[in-house]
Amino acid sequence: MAGLLRDRGRRPAAAGTTADSAALASAVGLPEARTDSSPLLDVSDLHVTFHGRRGRVYAVQGISFSIGRGQTLAIIGESGSGKTVSALAVMGLLPDSAHVSGSIRFKGEQLVGRSEHDLRAYRGRNVAMVFQNPERSLNPTMRVGTQITEVVRCHLLLDREQAHERAVELLRMVRVPAPERRFHEYPHQLSGGMRQRVVIAIALACGPDVLIADEATTALDVTTQAQIMDLLLDLQSQTGTALVMISHDLGLAASYAEDIIVMYAGQVVERAPAGELFGDVRMPYTQALLDAMPRIELEPHVLLPVVGGRPPDLSAIPLGCPFAPRCPGVQQDCREQPPRLAEHEPGRWWACWHPCGRGAPR
Amino acid sequence: MTATVNGAGVPSPAGDDVLLEVRHLVQEFVLRDYGGAKGGVLQAVSDVSFKLHAGETLGIVGETGSGKSTLARSVIQAPRPKHGEVIFDGQDLVRLPYRALKSVRRNLQMVFQDPFSSLDPRWTASRIVEEPLIAYGVGTRSERHEKVGSLLERVGLDAARYGSARPRELSGGQCQRVAVARALALEPKLILCDEPVSSLDVLVQAQVLNLFEKLRTDLGLSYLFIAHDLALVKQVSDRVAVMYLGKLCEIGPVRDIYRQPLHPYTLALLDSIPTPVPPAGKRDARSVISGELPSPLDPPSGCRFRTRCPRAQELCAGEVPELRALGDGHLVACHFPLSSGRPPAAASEQPDAAGTPVVASKVAETS
Repeated sequence: MAGLLRDRGRRPAAAGTTADSAALASAVGLPEARTDSSPLLDVSDLHVTFHGRRGRVYAVQGISFSIGRGQTLAIIGESGSGKTVSALAVMGLLPDSAHVSGSIRFKGEQLVGRSEHDLRAYRGRNVAMVFQNPERSLNPTMRVGTQITEVVRCHLLLDREQAHERAVELLRMVRVPAPERRFHEYPHQLSGGMRQRVVIAIALACGPDVLIADEATTALDVTTQAQIMDLLLDLQSQTGTALVMISHDLGLAASYAEDIIVMYAGQVVERAPAGELFGDVRMPYTQALLDAMPRIELEPHVLLPVVGGRPPDLSAIPLGCPFAPRCPGVQQDCREQPPRLAEHEPGRWWACWHPCGRGAPR
Repeated sequence: MTATVNGAGVPSPAGDDVLLEVRHLVQEFVLRDYGGAKGGVLQAVSDVSFKLHAGETLGIVGETGSGKSTLARSVIQAPRPKHGEVIFDGQDLVRLPYRALKSVRRNLQMVFQDPFSSLDPRWTASRIVEEPLIAYGVGTRSERHEKVGSLLERVGLDAARYGSARPRELSGGQCQRVAVARALALEPKLILCDEPVSSLDVLVQAQVLNLFEKLRTDLGLSYLFIAHDLALVKQVSDRVAVMYLGKLCEIGPVRDIYRQPLHPYTLALLDSIPTPVPPAGKRDARSVISGELPSPLDPPSGCRFRTRCPRAQELCAGEVPELRALGDGHLVACHFPLSSGRPPAAASEQPDAAGTPVVASKVAETS
């Protein structure tokens, strides 16, 4: 408990009255260099099923990943591939209609099946999230400063003055110019990039160990996107926060992440270090994504190679490979048996019977 | 899955057949304080001039708030611009009475960014595509239905299956195809596309981009293509115009702009694009501009980019740089253009100079 409020709180923590939340609270602390090699966040065989009026939707079908201190992981995929649902599951923010099974461990603590009370103690301090649209994640009727102090007062139990100090410090940290003045402004007075900085400040307010950025820069211009991503990486190198970036932009993922997970129809179909993936893709789906991207190296008026079709309906688990109906290299066995994600080469995972590139068996 | 180059067979747009000429276009909006008092004048488009040839695609790039969309709206006279001329097919639209304007607008159609909000949710796809035909009294009912069927087929939708579907039953890509079919209904000469694919997933985006490309070659369409993604603009354009805070910074043939940007802002935009090339120290070599777009209510004196420009000098604050030609059809509004292209230190870091790994070798050579 002593480490909980190190450097920012002067009051003893009132949280952690139960054994459970005490265990969680002990894991809070300020991020600092640690030597333990065990992953910070370990998700394994995560399933999320929504029970709706029209039946079930298998949004996430057994994904696994883990991330350690200071690492950057990118999860990429199209809309509806289960990226955001997985992130919300990690945050414990899914609605009641969602059934979560599998395991999500944060520093060894199992989070699946925890009560909302426990999760509230865990969220914010341990894992925080930045959402896509800063307009929607900020309250338009509250001054931005109040929205930051709200977080630190609730989680770190600071008094009004300390909270103000901390909020200004956070605004300075995310490089909002004139933070003392911005503190008293409303979200509509800020530009999109500035608003996203405020959202990041809120997410970082309690020094989380894991920061999930869900399409955090999608709504922004390229120049602002570069500024925000550089900011996130700088803050990461200062604090050692693990960063999970969720994106549909392969270029962005390759530029900023160390590891990349590609999701399709609720499953992980390929996982590789960012540096290796794009030179040597194994899963035809990843190849299709890459080919479909307009790139600055291409000549004007080049037709992009496209795959037809749409992602499968997630209300039924497909018999074979989920990408089989759209895959250019589909074979009979792809339709009959689902390929399993396995580490075929050191660091290279893919789920495909007939991988492309150098993984192709001849 | 190999890329095919089909631009070669298209007639070159180099001829003098100017379809659209915009001269000194200015669009202003008056801001109102409490009680309707005049609070200030926002110059969204400030003295913009360019030409668009028949069969050509002009891409317009810039950040949010640079006036790209206002420019497109001023071209179709919705609302009419404050000053300047928009000469389309020999007629100045700014001075055209409304009735005559309506008939000219047949040849000017728009495709908007968000397909869901630009289609009436209660109408079927066929009805949406038929609407412009009804509005302009084209054909009899059965002729129109036939035409709607062929339009839907042209944009890659099965008319029998999707004709009676409403927008909510369609995916984003299908909705955008319906919007394109609607724009094509009156057989326009020019289509203004305002961020037409930015709300779509990458695979769907590629399909719609290919559709635009196919329509261009099949129907000889011209496009004014607005986007914030430079890679995407390069894909579709013959020439590119870069806008900043209501002004044109640079305009020129697409190859020149991308190979040798002359305006520091263009270079910064190019360097902000994340690419799936392993970063390996590239992040440090980029010229990322800091700061934000200044308020358009009170734009900086002189060059509007000077507050964020790494090369800004005293002259930039005092004098507005005029667009001037540096090279064949390559115009730039900068006192100190990057005449030698990229700075030598950065040039070696550029992926297009060194050639990107396997990814790039799969596609057509760059130069």
